Amino acid sequence: MQRFSALRLLGHGLTGHKHWRQSWRHPEPKREYDVVIVGGGGHGLATAYYLAREHGMTNIAVVEKGWIGGGNTGRNTTIVRSNYLWDEAAHLYEKSLKLWEGLSHELNFNVMFSQRGVMNLAHSLQDVRDAERRANANVLNGIDSEILTPEQIRQKVPLISISPTARYPVLGATFQPRGGVARHDAITWGYARAADALGVDIIQNCEVTGVLKESGHVVGVETTRGVIRARKVGVVAAGHSSVIAQMAGLRLPIESHPLQAFVSEPCKPALDTVVMSNAVHAYISQSDKGEFVVGAGIDGYNGYSQSGGYNVIEGAVAAIVELFPTLSRIRLMRQWGGIVDVAPDACPIIGLTPLKGLYINCGWGTGGFKSTPGSGWVLAHTIAHNRPHELNLPFTLERFSSGALIDEHGAAGVAH
Amino acid sequence: MSTPNATTSHLQEGLTVNSSRRLNFKFNGRSYQGVVGDTLASALLANGVIVVGRSFKYRRRRGIVSDGAEEPNAIVQLGSGATTVPNIRATQVMLYEGLEATSVNKGYSLDFDLRAIIRLAGRFMPPGFYYKTFMSPKKLWPFYERLIRLSAGLGEIPKSPDPDLYDSINAHCDILVVGGGIAGLSAALTAGLAGARVIITEQQPLWGGALLGRPETVVGLSSKKWIEQVIDRLKGMKEVKLLPNCCLFGAYDHHFYTACETRYPPGITIPEGEVRERVWKIRARQVIHATGAIERPLLYKNNDLPGIMLAGAVSAYINRWDITLSRHAVVFTNNDSGYRAACDLVRSGASVVVVDPRAASETNRYAKWSDQNRVEILNQSWITEARGTLRVRSVIVKRSGEGNQQFEFTCDLLAVSGGWNPVLHLYAYSGGKPLFDEQRGCFVPNAKIEGQQQIGAANGSFSLAACLNEGVEAGIHALFECGYSASVPETTEIESVEEQPILPFWRLAESGGEQFIDLQNDTKVADIELAVAEGYRSIEHIKRYTLLGFGTDQGKMGNIVGMAVAAGLLKQTIPETGTTTFRPPYTPVTFGAIAGRHVGPLFDTVRKTAFHSWHCSHGAEFEDVGQWRRPWYYPREGETMQQAVNRECLTARNQVAMIDASTLGKIDIQGPDAVTFLDRIYTNGWGNLKPGRCRYGLMLGEDGMVMDDGVTTCLGPNHYLMTTTTGGAARVLGWMERWLQTEWPELKVYFTSVTDHWATISVSGPFARKTFEQVCEQVDLSSASFPFLSFREGVVAGVPTRIFRISFSGELGFEINVNANAAQGVWDAIWEAGQEYGITAYGTETMHVLRAEKGFIIVGQDTDGSVTPIDLGMNWIVSKKKDFIGRRSLARADTKREDRKQLVGLLTSDPARVLPEGAQLVANPDEPLPATMIGHVTSSYWSENIGRSIALALVRGGHQKEGQRIYVRNRDGETIAVNISSSVFFDPEGERQNV
Ligand SMILES: Cc1cc2nc3c(=O)[nH]c(=O)nc-3n(C[C@H](O)[C@H](O)[C@H](O)COP(=O)(O)OP(=O)(O)OC[C@H]3O[C@@H](n4cnc5c(N)ncnc54)[C@H](O)[C@@H]3O)c2cc1C
Repeated sequence: MQRFSALRLLGHGLTGHKHWRQSWRHPEPKREYDVVIVGGGGHGLATAYYLAREHGMTNIAVVEKGWIGGGNTGRNTTIVRSNYLWDEAAHLYEKSLKLWEGLSHELNFNVMFSQRGVMNLAHSLQDVRDAERRANANVLNGIDSEILTPEQIRQKVPLISISPTARYPVLGATFQPRGGVARHDAITWGYARAADALGVDIIQNCEVTGVLKESGHVVGVETTRGVIRARKVGVVAAGHSSVIAQMAGLRLPIESHPLQAFVSEPCKPALDTVVMSNAVHAYISQSDKGEFVVGAGIDGYNGYSQSGGYNVIEGAVAAIVELFPTLSRIRLMRQWGGIVDVAPDACPIIGLTPLKGLYINCGWGTGGFKSTPGSGWVLAHTIAHNRPHELNLPFTLERFSSGALIDEHGAAGVAH
Repeated sequence: MSTPNATTSHLQEGLTVNSSRRLNFKFNGRSYQGVVGDTLASALLANGVIVVGRSFKYRRRRGIVSDGAEEPNAIVQLGSGATTVPNIRATQVMLYEGLEATSVNKGYSLDFDLRAIIRLAGRFMPPGFYYKTFMSPKKLWPFYERLIRLSAGLGEIPKSPDPDLYDSINAHCDILVVGGGIAGLSAALTAGLAGARVIITEQQPLWGGALLGRPETVVGLSSKKWIEQVIDRLKGMKEVKLLPNCCLFGAYDHHFYTACETRYPPGITIPEGEVRERVWKIRARQVIHATGAIERPLLYKNNDLPGIMLAGAVSAYINRWDITLSRHAVVFTNNDSGYRAACDLVRSGASVVVVDPRAASETNRYAKWSDQNRVEILNQSWITEARGTLRVRSVIVKRSGEGNQQFEFTCDLLAVSGGWNPVLHLYAYSGGKPLFDEQRGCFVPNAKIEGQQQIGAANGSFSLAACLNEGVEAGIHALFECGYSASVPETTEIESVEEQPILPFWRLAESGGEQFIDLQNDTKVADIELAVAEGYRSIEHIKRYTLLGFGTDQGKMGNIVGMAVAAGLLKQTIPETGTTTFRPPYTPVTFGAIAGRHVGPLFDTVRKTAFHSWHCSHGAEFEDVGQWRRPWYYPREGETMQQAVNRECLTARNQVAMIDASTLGKIDIQGPDAVTFLDRIYTNGWGNLKPGRCRYGLMLGEDGMVMDDGVTTCLGPNHYLMTTTTGGAARVLGWMERWLQTEWPELKVYFTSVTDHWATISVSGPFARKTFEQVCEQVDLSSASFPFLSFREGVVAGVPTRIFRISFSGELGFEINVNANAAQGVWDAIWEAGQEYGITAYGTETMHVLRAEKGFIIVGQDTDGSVTPIDLGMNWIVSKKKDFIGRRSLARADTKREDRKQLVGLLTSDPARVLPEGAQLVANPDEPLPATMIGHVTSSYWSENIGRSIALALVRGGHQKEGQRIYVRNRDGETIAVNISSSVFFDPEGERQNV
């Protein structure tokens, strides 16, 4: 891999940037691999990278039906935090956050992880109780977490209206200083480049159309670029996970919904923190280009078209204007949607399946960007050792038959 | 039509340029004059202002290049103070008296910008440079990021809240026509004549579209006359709605469209009560896209110099705004439309050279014209470079053949036409996949989308005749689809002119230097080359890596060129390379307009009970519960919250007290299968509930977790009234409907929300009966004839009511439901009657304390979606005899575990210490982090009645741990010892409610 550094950049600048090498190869698929990962989003690429890097498996292909990172990885609002309520979730997301903190270095690709802090607002007395509960749990789990008063909120984010006469006045907030945002494309490209350098084949424009089974074992996939055999197949396809599982004859407890987001026209920096509000439902940050990046709630119906209803956008915009009255005159510039994979308890499903040779990683729903490194890391471990790591042990499919759900949504009420 | 007529706003006056009416305006602090009918852009050009801003990345000076939505350079901040608006395109704002604008990126001044030094560093800042650097030392990244952020953004957000009003409106029509150019007007006229309900929207204040910039003859009239005539006719049709100044920005499923009408220009102070912008939400049966086309630029060195404009814009500024742009102009065009600009330039007195890469053709209809006007046409020639520092001064032209001659022409204007891109945004938003038409050199609509037609330039048909005819045809087709019979408007044949085909070309291998594709983001040909070299092959990757099309114009001008350049580099065809996804909105839309009236108090309408003003006049403090505003407590003069709550609690247990319980959800359930339904939705059985009796019920999700609770009463045969939690009312009704409609459609049962119809007063306490007796007629209130958990109809204070003997405080209590309109009198009567017993009103806080003393849960506070009835110690309510939602889940291994988190009471060693709610519980207070948490405090209060603090908590295996000591461990490190107790702190036998 050609290393990146400021010095390199200078050197290439002097020679007119004619000698940069390609970031990853564009190989033809081989007939057979040790592992095929279905889905070239952040999670799939990270899985391949950690398989190669941590477990020495390099005969790996990542097959992607379109272009890598074109799914939710390239469509999300990039909030990264680990202040989850339940121990199981907190440990998993914290592992991920720790990996984020060293990622630019590790991948030699600046993923622009900006730890500008994430704030979750509380608008009712119950919100405040929940905030206290979560902040206490976070701290006892070794995760940075603070409670802010309205005045402290105003100091950090002067843009927020903390007027007590607001429809849903801001009563307080939890704050995770180590949380923040990152550049979504960079995580795709960074992992792709690093995985490729370790020998992983990244195969784009290659849609999986069937799962090959021999005597009950999964032994490969059928694709639009031919049959690819594999000893192990990992399905990491977010909103389409259940579609691929279906090809293998497996039913997943996943519903796919559109989730929408939008950005404003770029403005001079005015918001340095990520602000989320569940009660009025919207979340916002300002990108390094100056756009206000806003996420909405999921559309109620199930579907696979990457666009949602206008009413959801109306709701999110109204919430933003309500919280940030000075943003009323800025303009929405671009709007899009992704298909999120929602599990009944709003937690991921990572582990083995009833089919030998088939592994899944899905159910991240509205909040899996932040877990990209951690998710890849535990799935790589699971595939390599054929059993879950202790971090994802609570997140296997079995919980839906045992009942050991981890209801992050119901309890903390915080998505994304 | 039922939609209100947009009153003529400021914008509709003086549409055509009226040079006798002058307007003063300021740009970058300097004063200028324009005329009515000017846009800011035309006024600036008329004043000879060439440089209007600097580019985002390299801070290069830039001038106006277009006359519309595609403008990447002329981006200004309009107005100041609370009414300022950032990032307005000068080409899209009509001039008004006193307009003030500043370039969003101008540095110290447009002439001097420190950051322009960045240009020198530019060679070290290729696309994606930030991915390659700023990585070490790690510590410094936050510092680098701050540097990057310093140059972020275009305009500034206002400093104070928006003073303006916005709204939105729903509209329905047979035929929606998007675009008021010749094609759209012709379609609207056809549709209107047949009597169809038509809406036609046009983003500009003026009707006519591209025709405005072209003096042509249409059906024997001058284009201006023709437009006027059509508009007059349309205005006379009562089913036709004309919406100028209204940009259609989104297309959604089932022919749902969104458009934003600008009623007052940005940056202006608008009259009180007026609406600045209005979003139209239009549902149409048939839609006709007549959205026109946008001209493409061409690539050559320094193609971003001020003084280089799109040829169509040059024509428009000359014809529509009567501006003399140039004395020596060069036109660079690969298609015939550039010649129109050449003609217009000649007419306005300029000397013109036309550079055309196509071979000279015999049939060239401009040959004679060029001879007559001494216009030099250079065929088979290309511009390879533009020269100049502050603006374009000359161009270098290369001619192929005979030794590749090279010429330099001096000029003060370069007009460019690289062909036209149909505006296919709406088609693409609806899922259409445009097709590249080699012959016309542009993307055109491909497969038809049901209910949609693209016509005119939007369909790749660029001649006037085609636009007019396609308008008529589309109108007829849409009418037919809507069931109207059409009469064809009289048209005369327009002479169709023979055009020489376009020679699309994207890039000259030999012209090096800086060739810009996306002017706002400074994306250059070299950037695309780099992206491709680095392996970014998908057009989406290339776009993201180079930021192509990420500016406020969203690539309207440059994207297709960029894609074609990428295709060339990838050695692919343009169709193989494809386009990036078009995303709404077509042009940016103000947040405030989208929010409409849903701001401030109307953001989410506050629900108030029938007694709200009474609560206010009795000094209540309020709490938001769901959408409701509920009294929290009623402090008397000088009381703290705690004192008020203590007083309310004591009175409620020792005397009599009343609470407004109207917000509890009420669902009327009727039908022969009502009991069957209740049996399935609640954990307990309902078969034996007699008319006149009430029962508490618990509802679970499919996962077996507690979801809601409340009392349901049998009002009569097959007739029940269910109550739900305040916050859960809508969710529960939706839940019940979902099961009924999707799973059990065979059940005959009907639900009606009656929450707002009935106001609810709960009177409780030892003197509740004595109080209530005084106002209640016709009902024997004695325990014997009206026992606990039963229901009677009676008259209270002269009003028919429903009376329930239930209580949430554990005291003797009556809950009275009364028609909300007559409720205040009943409340007053009870209040009066209770005076002699010292009655108090209490709010949610006291209610919480009283129920906690009794160990009654609040769903959502003591439960969180992970709690079963067994965890709550409510095994008694879970039927073993029947099936119900959640039952199977309760049998799962994990749900049956003994050591689940279970509801218990907690007592602090220090009775005065009230635990913080949300505190985590540990067995070992000294364990290093991460510590093992065994539960948390769900509710915690000072109980004046018991004389100590009490708390409820969920604790792992708590039911087996009564009496054991555990600890609260706070995040600040403090630990508090507590003992696990029963969750019932008061009247454990429950005697008091039965008296
Ligand atoms: C609008 C929006 C906002 C969000 N905001 C946040 C946020 O702020 N913070 C956060 O943490 N998370 C957020 N998320 C969630 C987050 O984006 C996802 O959880 C995460 O990116 C999932 O990554 P992934 O790699 O699993 O999926 P994806 O990136 O979707 O990758 C799956 C890949 O599988 C491919 N695929 C599908 N079917 C096939 C097939 N048959 N053959 C081959 N390939 C196939 C797809 O093309 C896709 O590239 C948001 C999501 C959305 C949509």
